[in-house]
Amino acid sequence: MCISGDIHDAYVEYQEELVEAGLLIPLGVKGVYGRSGTFEHIIDQFENYITRNGAQFQAEVMRFPPIFNRAHYERIDHINNFPDLLGSVHSFTGRDREHMEMLRKFEAKEDWSRDLNATEVMLVPAACYPLYPTATGTLPADGRLVDLETFVFRHEPSDDPARMQIFRQREYVRLGTPEAALQHRDYWLGKSRDMLASVGLDVTPVIANDPFFGRGGRVMKATQLEQNLKYELVVPICSTEKPTAVASCNMHLDHFGVAFDIKTSDGQVAHTACVGFGLERIALALFKTHGFKVESWPAAVREILELS
Amino acid sequence: MYTEEIREILAKHARLAVDVKELADNSNLYQAGLTSLTTVNLMLAIEDHFDIEFPDSLLGRNTFGSIEAISEAVEEVLNS
Repeated sequence: MCISGDIHDAYVEYQEELVEAGLLIPLGVKGVYGRSGTFEHIIDQFENYITRNGAQFQAEVMRFPPIFNRAHYERIDHINNFPDLLGSVHSFTGRDREHMEMLRKFEAKEDWSRDLNATEVMLVPAACYPLYPTATGTLPADGRLVDLETFVFRHEPSDDPARMQIFRQREYVRLGTPEAALQHRDYWLGKSRDMLASVGLDVTPVIANDPFFGRGGRVMKATQLEQNLKYELVVPICSTEKPTAVASCNMHLDHFGVAFDIKTSDGQVAHTACVGFGLERIALALFKTHGFKVESWPAAVREILELS
Repeated sequence: MYTEEIREILAKHARLAVDVKELADNSNLYQAGLTSLTTVNLMLAIEDHFDIEFPDSLLGRNTFGSIEAISEAVEEVLNS
């Protein structure tokens, strides 16, 4: 990605401020950080705010780890669309002879990673991906609404503190008829905008596309934009010209319904939609907007987030 | 019109549910089984075959909706 010098400087500056303040703990790799207790507290409180806003719908709570079945990964076209972002887990499966050879390379500082083999698991690229394979079959008459949260991985090392390689997504996912999925997406588009505005963020909803890979990805981007499938809620963090998406509201149409044979109660292929909150990005936007001293944040924001 | 060449490319790259020979030039290719992913293969094969690059404005669903529409889009790019 080509970014102007000014924006890059702003990324580095904010990242250094966050590290200096102890909110992020650098781990020597771009986009991978530890988080301080204060940072985690803001994430917890924003998550609680999401929970309070979603409580009326009585979503099923499910929590999946940040790895999932490689065979399931292979059914969702992610390798076609985002090969540059994927994370595959490899391990050593050899015996003594192969171990000796790997150690020889390791000690000679040669590339020992090619002596590893792919395991049964991939890193999760989006919090809702592990859900769909578990939903194969026929949905209840009203469909399902599921509350999810997990760390997700995207290999895009960056100096932008808001572009982490591994971060948490909190989602509400609707599985059901096309109408139910669309209604869910549109409800949360308005609701998430109101929630982000209520904590003092300068939020704007925009029609967006995912970063589909390569020359062929241009078709996927155009198709996604043309059908208004994705909205992002963007907030200026390091730049007003290039604001950051802190949440998104997505229609998947029948993509996952077809891939995992999910049917509505009348036998049609289920549609799915989700709202996803990027929790680290929301915390980073809050710290940028209101400062690093949480006790000095505006009273209204402290009240909404129950920061006593 | 480039419909014959496009039919050959469709047969090779589009993984349609029906035989390309059974399609009329104005048949709906999405109904014939074209998906967003196979549209990508089709688009790349057409660009390579005609040595063209579609502008983003021509990458929507309408462009790849029928053999006739693809042919018109190819013609538009070749004449631009």
